[in-house]
Amino acid sequence: MTGSLATGTPWLSLTTFLPLVGAVLIMLMTRGDDAAAQRNARWIALWTTLITFAVSLVIWAKFDPAQAGFQMVEQHPWVGNGITYKLGVDGISMLFVILTTFLMPLCILASWESISSRVKEYMIAFLVLETLMTGVFCSLDLVLFYLFFEGGLIPMFLIIGVWGGKRRVYASFKFFLFTLAGSVLMLLALMAMYYHAGTTDIVALLKPGLFPPAMQTWLWLAFFASFAVKMPMWPVHTWLPDAHVEAPTAGSVILAGVLLKMGGYGFLRFSLPMFPAASHHFAPLVFGLSVIAIIYTSLVALAQEDMKKLIAYSSVAHMGYVTMGVFTVTAQGIEGGIFQMLSHGLVSSALFLCVGVIYDRMHTRDIAAYGGLVERMPMYAVALMVFTLANVGLPGTSGFIGEFLTLLGAFKVSTWVAFLATFGVILSAAYALYLYRRVIFGVLEKANLKDILDLSPREIAILAPLVILTIFFGFYPSPLIDPTAASVQKLIADTEAGLKLAQAAAAQVAALSP
Amino acid sequence: MLTTLLDLLHGPMKPEIMLVTAAMGLLMIGAFERHHDGRAIAWGAIIFLALTGFLIAFRAWNNPGAYDSQFEGAWINDGFARFMKMLILIGAAGALLLSFTYFRDVGHMLFEYPILILLSVAGMFMMISAGDLIALYLGLEMQSLALYVVAAIRRNDLRSSEAGLKYFVLGSLSSGMLLYGASLLYGFTGSTHFRDIAAAAQAVAGGAGPNIGILFGLVFLLAGLAFKVSAVPFHMWAPDVYQGAPTPVTAFFAAAPKLAAFALLIRVLEVALPSVTSQWQQIIAFMAIASMLLGAFAAIGQHNIKRLMAYSSIGHGGFAMVGLAAGTQDGVQGVLIYLAIYLAMTLGTFAVILGMRREGKYVEEIHQLAGLGRNNLPLAALLAALMFSLAGIPPLAGFWAKWFVFLPAIRTGSTGLIVMAVIGVLASVVGAYYYLRIIKIMFFDEPAKAFDPMPGLVRVVLGVSAAFIIFFTLYPAPLVSAAERAAHSLF
Repeated sequence: MTGSLATGTPWLSLTTFLPLVGAVLIMLMTRGDDAAAQRNARWIALWTTLITFAVSLVIWAKFDPAQAGFQMVEQHPWVGNGITYKLGVDGISMLFVILTTFLMPLCILASWESISSRVKEYMIAFLVLETLMTGVFCSLDLVLFYLFFEGGLIPMFLIIGVWGGKRRVYASFKFFLFTLAGSVLMLLALMAMYYHAGTTDIVALLKPGLFPPAMQTWLWLAFFASFAVKMPMWPVHTWLPDAHVEAPTAGSVILAGVLLKMGGYGFLRFSLPMFPAASHHFAPLVFGLSVIAIIYTSLVALAQEDMKKLIAYSSVAHMGYVTMGVFTVTAQGIEGGIFQMLSHGLVSSALFLCVGVIYDRMHTRDIAAYGGLVERMPMYAVALMVFTLANVGLPGTSGFIGEFLTLLGAFKVSTWVAFLATFGVILSAAYALYLYRRVIFGVLEKANLKDILDLSPREIAILAPLVILTIFFGFYPSPLIDPTAASVQKLIADTEAGLKLAQAAAAQVAALSP
Repeated sequence: MLTTLLDLLHGPMKPEIMLVTAAMGLLMIGAFERHHDGRAIAWGAIIFLALTGFLIAFRAWNNPGAYDSQFEGAWINDGFARFMKMLILIGAAGALLLSFTYFRDVGHMLFEYPILILLSVAGMFMMISAGDLIALYLGLEMQSLALYVVAAIRRNDLRSSEAGLKYFVLGSLSSGMLLYGASLLYGFTGSTHFRDIAAAAQAVAGGAGPNIGILFGLVFLLAGLAFKVSAVPFHMWAPDVYQGAPTPVTAFFAAAPKLAAFALLIRVLEVALPSVTSQWQQIIAFMAIASMLLGAFAAIGQHNIKRLMAYSSIGHGGFAMVGLAAGTQDGVQGVLIYLAIYLAMTLGTFAVILGMRREGKYVEEIHQLAGLGRNNLPLAALLAALMFSLAGIPPLAGFWAKWFVFLPAIRTGSTGLIVMAVIGVLASVVGAYYYLRIIKIMFFDEPAKAFDPMPGLVRVVLGVSAAFIIFFTLYPAPLVSAAERAAHSLF
């Protein structure tokens, strides 16, 4: 049932640990912090991430979309007593691996000039972070998953804290402690699951009906604590705007592009198939929180004066669609949720990169400090327009597909949820276009903007692939939907089977009691 | 049958005999040699500690499940004892290695210092191997007396003397309580021998529930032992003693005696008093929760890094007790793993504290670490790894320590223990705050003046312990299975 393809090369381990090799290389081959060492560190990091991306494409090429189970499985003894080193991908996780490895070279390029102090440490932190993020999506063992999941806090904490803005200390502590508080509860749940099942093998734990319904409730809540913070869902989203605002551009990109996706991935991988009864029970709660997130944070975004903060709040709103879609347990909702995460990974990363472009020039993110940029920066205006429209969810951009599918899924389950969530589409148009108008249009009257330069070749190299992919997937989404279809079908089937078993057990208890 | 001296020499007590003889021999050399140079004696002590380690390892290698006893079971050497003794030896040797430059910088090393360490190690061995209330008390007092003197070894330093005196007064109080508890136990069970106590307690209990006298004895005994492991509410001495004692001595206090006291606690509870498990579980769980919370909250306000480490050590004692509170073999295994990892983290952190020197003067304020990330990146990176490990963040060893103590608590499935686990992990989030604060000071703040270059030996201790906690996650199986065998020998 694991569907392991007998490949000789451990592609997943290779993709996961290549960046670590790069980090060690930087550690060994560069000395001091002079210009030469900085240049070497940058180039090693860039090449490492590019090669990692190339290797990860092999995973995509070798991936068989017709199979629902896990592929390219690797397993080695590790701690013992049912805890092993096990990697593998299925349709749900594979594309997240690609997303991670795709965004990393862009992050390195985006930090090429903006990071000028402690470059070596910066690159090492990013490479370590890449290993940990890829590991999260590849792990097929709960403990291994937790290791990667929580280990990622360390480099991100340092990235925000060392290379961040003015309130970086506050932001980094808040980020770390919020996320840690959520995930330690998950750790206890994980122990309970290990005790109950005698193994932490995710494939074995996915067996429907493994956990009794009463236990599911507690486990679900513990996992929810972790993933809701990571996602982030209202009302535990407050760390995100702070972290985004203070993080360096590449840090924001990774936060929005990959780290937030871990929450959604966690819901898909654990909460739904392992605790189906609890998921069913708590779905209205999730819908409620999602709708609040969509409407409330969109309104908050409308009032922001800081560009990064605005995009951060819009991220929370967009993640609301994901949680809503996932917990509908319909093919449209879940596939839409996955697509929305991937698309948001591209679009919000691109938006943060765009903010980075003008921040590097003017060193301010105040919306009021800009205006009329189209006169001096036409190429930039075009790129930002594409991403703004994708953020709004305009048909023809990747943003549309995800929102549409999740709303479709929600509509099947509850008309009211879909009705309320649709307001988010309108509101997102309002704040995104409002931002665009204030920054790009109008008259260029501020003196310091008069000689601002348009995109440099490096910036074009960063933004061009994102523009192309945003539009490409908007018209032709199947490369992202086809690989997920079989796994999503299996996920839904498993979840429903588990729910039936739980309901049958509950009925039996009810019949027995007087 | 009376044991003769010759029997002893051929018996299983060779490690202890070697330690005591070495201490006496070195004392003679020190007393008759004119230069009063403590360093040569310290090297001798380290060599003897290593030889003792070989003896123990040799026994374990030949016969992993060996159960040796002497003096009609008053002294026991089983897998559990061997595991703990190895940890004590590592802790003592590490602390001695850390001592050289410190004592050179503040004056000179008194030759009594390494000898006292050896004697206290012999006392700890006795504690670990105690199978009898009298042996327990003898071991405890032997190590304590040596430690009182060691705490005050810088007799011209006001703080050091104060630390020694405080430790002595409070330590005697706790010994008194322990002795009172021991006499109650003896009175109500009619034996001082652990196994006999267990049988008698079982028989006395019968169907009518535990005997109230035994419970009183248990409470007093636990109070005395809680002093030694600095568990809340008997922790008050720890911050003052940790801060006042010379830094290598503090490292030794945090590493070895705490571990020995834990070993004693485990053996008394699991071997002598299994019949009242549900009673002592409540006490241990309470102390665990209180220690974890106090360790987490009280450390937030600290500025002195040694004092901070005292609170950290109180908190870690609480975490280790979580495993003990489970009252199962897994739980004991978890405690053993926890203690081993805690030992490495403690030695590593104190190595860094001993590296905090400016122009030959030792500094202890946390803010003086400012900008270490820029002045000395490798040192800062290692300390950061140690701090993340103390906070229990994977993939560092500290995470596994927490994993193996919380797992058995969850496994019991009892609501009380699960609540304890939830409080524990939340306390670890609070605790993470102050470990992060140290990292923040090192990496985010503007650099202060650089530290003096780190002495070689201190560097070795730091390197070895940091390597252990960083790479443990790659190959955890040896320690886990060793702890499993050790725990198994008690059940």
